[in-house]
Amino acid sequence: MSAERRIAVVPAYNEERNIARVVGELRDFDPALDVVVVSDGSLDGTVAAAEAAGARVLQLPFNLGIGGAVQTGFKYAWEHGYDLVVRCDGDGQHIPAELPKVIAPVEAGEADIAVGSRFTGDESYRSSASRRVGIRLLAWIVSAIAHQRVTDTTSGFQAMNRRALRLFAIDYPHDYPEVEGMVMTIKHQLTLTEVPVKMREREHGSSSITTLRSIYYMAKVLTALFVGLFRRNIVPAEET
Amino acid sequence: MILAEGTPLKVSLAATAASLVLVLVVFELIRSRRLRERYALLWLLTGIVLVVLSAWRGGLNTIAGWLGVRGYPPAVLFAVGLMFVILVLLHYSTVISRLSDQNTILAQRLALLEAKLNESREGRS
Repeated sequence: MSAERRIAVVPAYNEERNIARVVGELRDFDPALDVVVVSDGSLDGTVAAAEAAGARVLQLPFNLGIGGAVQTGFKYAWEHGYDLVVRCDGDGQHIPAELPKVIAPVEAGEADIAVGSRFTGDESYRSSASRRVGIRLLAWIVSAIAHQRVTDTTSGFQAMNRRALRLFAIDYPHDYPEVEGMVMTIKHQLTLTEVPVKMREREHGSSSITTLRSIYYMAKVLTALFVGLFRRNIVPAEET
Repeated sequence: MILAEGTPLKVSLAATAASLVLVLVVFELIRSRRLRERYALLWLLTGIVLVVLSAWRGGLNTIAGWLGVRGYPPAVLFAVGLMFVILVLLHYSTVISRLSDQNTILAQRLALLEAKLNESREGRS
C-alpha cells in the first residue's frame, strides 16, 4: 500500500499565524503526505508562510468562500491522481495527530469518506447555547435524510478516497459546504462514517462566524437541504 | 367596519395565487440549479411574506390600520412588494459590483500569467 499517494488539502484565509504550524504538523505526522494549501484570497502572509513551511500553495485571486477554496484543492488532488485526500482546516483547529483515526476507515475500505466528529468522543467541546441548538438541529435533519446517525455535520476534518473525491471535484456546495456535502455523499450512494476526534480551540484570530452570518448560514443550509430532497443527482456513478 | 373597508375576497385569492406561483418558481429554479441558494433567499422571503399577507386577510387589514392606509388595505401588498423588489435590486447591485471587481482581477491575473508563460518559453528556446 506504499504506492498509495496521499494529500492534505488545507484551506486558509488570512492564517499567517497558524498556517506554518498546521503544515509543519501535517508533515511531521507523515513526511510522505503532500500538503496543498489553498489561500482563499488571503491578504496577509499566508502564502509565503505556507510555502516556507514546505506546502504547495494554490493562490486564489479573490475570496471564494470555504466551499470554493476546498474544491480547488480537491480538483488539484483529482487531476494529480491522488488516492487518498484529507481535508484539514488552516486555522489550527484540526489536530494532524488525530489523522490516523480519520484515515483508518477509508484506508480499510469501510467508508468512502470519514468525518472527524467533535461530539461522539468523551472530549466536550465548548460553544454557545444557540450554536449548540443549531448543531443539534442540523445533526438531526441530516441523520433523518441519511438514515444513519451523524453528530457533527459541520466538521471539515475529513478523509476520502478517489470515489468521493471525484464527486466533490465535480460538484461541491458553495459557502459552507460540510452539511450539504454529507447529504450529497449519501445521495450518491457513497458510504460515510463518523469517527470521534479531538479538536483545538483557535489560537490566533477569530472564527468567521458572526450572528448575522449564522442566521444566513442556517437559512441557506436549511433551504439547500430541503430543496435537495427534490433534486436528482447530477454526478453519475463512475463507470469502471 | 373591517369587512366594509376590508380586502375584497377576489383580490386576496388572486394575490395569494400569484405569490404562491412566485414561491414555486423560485423553488424550481433552485432545484434545477439555475438559481443558487445564496441569491434565492431574498426571493423566498419575498414570496413567503407576500403569501402570508395575501392569505391572512385579517392581518392585512390590521397592518393597513397601523400604517394609516384607509379605504384600500391591498395597497399594503403593493408597498410591501415594492419594498422587497427594491431590496432585491439593491442586493443585485452589490452582487454585480463584486462580480465586476472579480472580473477585473481575473483579467489582470490572466494577462500576468500569459506574460509569465511567454517569458519562460522565450527563456527556454
